[in-house]
Amino acid sequence: MPSRIVDNAELAPLVGADPAWILHASGIEQRRYAGAGESVATLGIAAAKDCLANAAVAAADVGLVIVSSGSAEQRFPGPASVIAAAAGIAGKPAIDLPMASAGSLFGIALAAQLAPRYGHVLVVASEIMSRVVHLHPTGRDTAILFGDGAGACLVSHDNGFAEIVDSALATDGDFAEALRLDFDAPLYMDGRSIILQASRKLPRIIGEVLDRHQVKASAIGTFLMHQANGNLIVRVAQALDVPGERFFRNIAKYGNTSSASLLIAADEWWREREKPLAAPIVMAAFGAGLNWGALLARPV
Amino acid sequence: MDTQTKIIEICQQVAGKPIDVAPDESLFESGILDSFTLADLVTALEKEFSVKIPDSDLSPRKFDSVERIQAYLQSRM
Repeated sequence: MPSRIVDNAELAPLVGADPAWILHASGIEQRRYAGAGESVATLGIAAAKDCLANAAVAAADVGLVIVSSGSAEQRFPGPASVIAAAAGIAGKPAIDLPMASAGSLFGIALAAQLAPRYGHVLVVASEIMSRVVHLHPTGRDTAILFGDGAGACLVSHDNGFAEIVDSALATDGDFAEALRLDFDAPLYMDGRSIILQASRKLPRIIGEVLDRHQVKASAIGTFLMHQANGNLIVRVAQALDVPGERFFRNIAKYGNTSSASLLIAADEWWREREKPLAAPIVMAAFGAGLNWGALLARPV
Repeated sequence: MDTQTKIIEICQQVAGKPIDVAPDESLFESGILDSFTLADLVTALEKEFSVKIPDSDLSPRKFDSVERIQAYLQSRM
């Protein structure tokens, strides 16, 4: 995570809002902003190296890199090739997923399918959203939500603390205009449409994956979601009739870091919890595209 | 109970407070609905009027006033 913390008191005058209103509307207390010398790639490189060190896997043993970012600084190449090179993963395919919010979930789901072919798959998500929002009263409703950061995880064919049993991914281009980042324009989000669609689609797709395996939502130990909005996470928990405490939340500290948020949340959850894993976990995300999905993982 | 009265009653339920709104008044601009209660409203409308509202119809504009909700529901019946 970038070191610079921007709390609601600092952000509020820039966007013409009250700090208490920001907290009430979003559940966010602070977020991180990247410094001038940081880029999507540098944040991603740090996360990739941390991940490989934590997993005790040599860079040379990684067979595929998937990098999600909707806020990369240039059209091409995306950050995947630079991140892979800097992490010491030479000569292996490095794929960009410029999907924004749901990109890391899609990356993990694809990695689970590709790991039998490529071996260790490194999934990285890195975002600098502070540079694509409009820090001005006209950009208030989006500027208050977003922060910067990166996360990474390793998906392997034959080892790990959990097995990805199944996933469901979906796309609906009819609402592509509702959340987008055009060239030379700040992030645009029709918040009402996005919240309305997410409130309906997320519980449904989580239920779809669980039903396929006859797993009840109440049997899930932890739900790890894209940290889009604290109130949305509460709504999804209510729709699934699951206690809100089962949904890991760190949005108050980091805001919405787009696709990075799922992996940042997963990392914090993994560091904080007692091991080994005792119950299944669900990961879910929703975002621009519209793209959304869920996956089920079981302890091994 | 006519359709408009029933819609207003549902809006009151999801807003959690009594409301006084003209049929053509924006439910968002008047502070009755927000992004989250809109989702509750759609679910309540489906239940009360026994209609299935497809995701493709989930445009906030369709549910922005009592009149618009009524027109949408009539198109679905």
